Amino acid sequence: MKYFIKKLTEKFIEGALFLSSTVTTLTIILIVFFLFREGFSLFKHSPVEDGFVIAVNKGNPVDKITGPQIMDIFDQEITNWEKVGGANDSIILFRIDNISDYYTEAQLGDSFQYVPQLISRLIDSIPGMVAFIPATYAVDGFKGRVIELPNVSMKKFFTEKEWYPTAQPAAQMGVLALIMGTLWVSLGAILLALPLGLATAIYMAEIANEKTRRVLKPLIELLAGIPSVVYGFFGLVIIVPLIQKVFELPVGETGLAGSIILAIMALPTIITISEDALRTTPRAMKEASLALGANKWQTISRVTVPYAASGISAAAILGMGRAIGETMAVLMVTGNAAVMPHTLLEPVRTIPATIAAELGEATQGGLHFKALFALGCILFIITMVVNLTVEYISSKRKLTKR
Amino acid sequence: MKTRIYTIALLLTATIITAAFAPAGLMLKIKGSDTVLPLSQKLAETYMNLNTEAKITVMGGGSGVGIAAFIDGTTDIAMSSRKIKMSEKMKLQEAGKAFKEVTIAYDALSVIVNPANKVKQLTREQLEGIFTGKITNWKEVGGDDEKIVAYSRESSSGTFEFFKESVLDNKNYGSAILMMPATGAIVQSVSQTKGAIGYIGFAYLETTVHALKVSYDKGATYVEPTVANAKNGSYPIVRPLFYYTLTQDAAKVKPFVDFILSADGQKVVGEVGYITVK
Repeated sequence: MKYFIKKLTEKFIEGALFLSSTVTTLTIILIVFFLFREGFSLFKHSPVEDGFVIAVNKGNPVDKITGPQIMDIFDQEITNWEKVGGANDSIILFRIDNISDYYTEAQLGDSFQYVPQLISRLIDSIPGMVAFIPATYAVDGFKGRVIELPNVSMKKFFTEKEWYPTAQPAAQMGVLALIMGTLWVSLGAILLALPLGLATAIYMAEIANEKTRRVLKPLIELLAGIPSVVYGFFGLVIIVPLIQKVFELPVGETGLAGSIILAIMALPTIITISEDALRTTPRAMKEASLALGANKWQTISRVTVPYAASGISAAAILGMGRAIGETMAVLMVTGNAAVMPHTLLEPVRTIPATIAAELGEATQGGLHFKALFALGCILFIITMVVNLTVEYISSKRKLTKR
Repeated sequence: MKTRIYTIALLLTATIITAAFAPAGLMLKIKGSDTVLPLSQKLAETYMNLNTEAKITVMGGGSGVGIAAFIDGTTDIAMSSRKIKMSEKMKLQEAGKAFKEVTIAYDALSVIVNPANKVKQLTREQLEGIFTGKITNWKEVGGDDEKIVAYSRESSSGTFEFFKESVLDNKNYGSAILMMPATGAIVQSVSQTKGAIGYIGFAYLETTVHALKVSYDKGATYVEPTVANAKNGSYPIVRPLFYYTLTQDAAKVKPFVDFILSADGQKVVGEVGYITVK
């Protein structure tokens, strides 16, 4: 009986463990599936807001307008139809809220029942007009002509640099500047954090005595426990003005500020993992080196570090993974201007910061929402590549050990 | 630790039970603009202190979200930092709902620069040039030879939209404009950056930054951003904050709306840092 109960408990625990791992795996798969489904549906979308169309006068010869052109038209950068291949006539903008400039409340009717006819008549009477109106107005009896904009294409999404996801009437979705911003900041972070982290790890693993180590280690681990928004605030108040003064820049919110903050945040990861790797060097190897007459520094640089090289690279890459995905601290210090970065001393906008800042107001299921999911996909792919690299490097490490 | 968990659990259960069996006093849901949110919260709190049986839930999400919920009927009051759009009006019309608009307060935006900046006043056209990226140096608007660093709120903010409509004449911001996640961050950055310019609500103004005089008549008169000027209508970058209610709910929302427009309610408006309607 006792045996039976024991057996049952064992089975039960086994089942519970199996169940939790299955649930975890399924959750991850579902999240990834959801992310990519939402992200990819962006490319079936017109850049014009849902439920709206862009219409022109029937006599207007222009039938192809690109997204950037329509944005320039509504920004009053392009004011003549000639520039987009039409007749020499000035462009008159019409948004639905402009209707009160043309007609009185009484003309619109008590329940606005006359609005569609009035807009139709208006477009018909003004040859140079381009109107941004609800799609329900442009149905039968509509005297204007609807212009279709090309869908958001994958090529444009990845190669264009303009990020205006909320621009009306046509959003501009170019993520190149955001991807470059993310990579620049992360790369800068790793360049700063790796030498410092490696030096600390060597000191802790090889040089420091037990007492120093016992103080240092918890301190460094504490660094990992500080909330990122605290880092961000520290960066905004201390590092940003410092950078501005040191480099005599007009603005201190730069990629470099982000890199420094991320470097500090990535340090615990880099130090802990590379210290562990350094400690795996067999004692016999170190002693052999010392016995051959090498001094301590020679032993460290020629024996210990090369032996732990794969572990150190894994540490660097994991640190970079942390830097790429970090949101809040970066959002606060990099200035978030969506321009292509040329140096680290310019404001940049990263992908996580963009998602965090913009998701709040994006309508669910809308164009902007999907674009943010597509950004999430890009981030996911970048971090996945980083993690696979770590896997590859650590598997190589096992082989060399044998 | 364990006792604490029990206490929390007990408290939670108690709250849920009391919530479920609460006396049928005034139950209101308010949703919408994040600009109006702190004000509505404070007003609801004060009101609930005076009328203990009332229960008012306030939620943010943005003006658009609030009005959409209002059209769907999932909120009693939509708070909005912009006037209801023609398209939204038509949706309400289609749903057969008549609504009422109440202005509960005014919010004014001040354009701020670093105190060390020589420029103390700008016209709307100059501001438009700066924020669309056409004007990039202070010497173009009468200042030192210094690069202009323009700070804006993120696109999710109602302030971003209002500034775009009122000052930029509906044009898009330039791509080199720095986007900050919070108004506090703009104040901090402007106070420590010499060539900086930004915009914030009146309630956030501090002595570490300087508020510019603004002209909306091409430089004929420059108006100082003060509460008095905003009230008498001479300061141009002012927007009303609205509550939208359904006519059919009039009896239900009246006590709360009346409270807001009363002297007590308007006192709260002033305390939170907005401009009173009277």
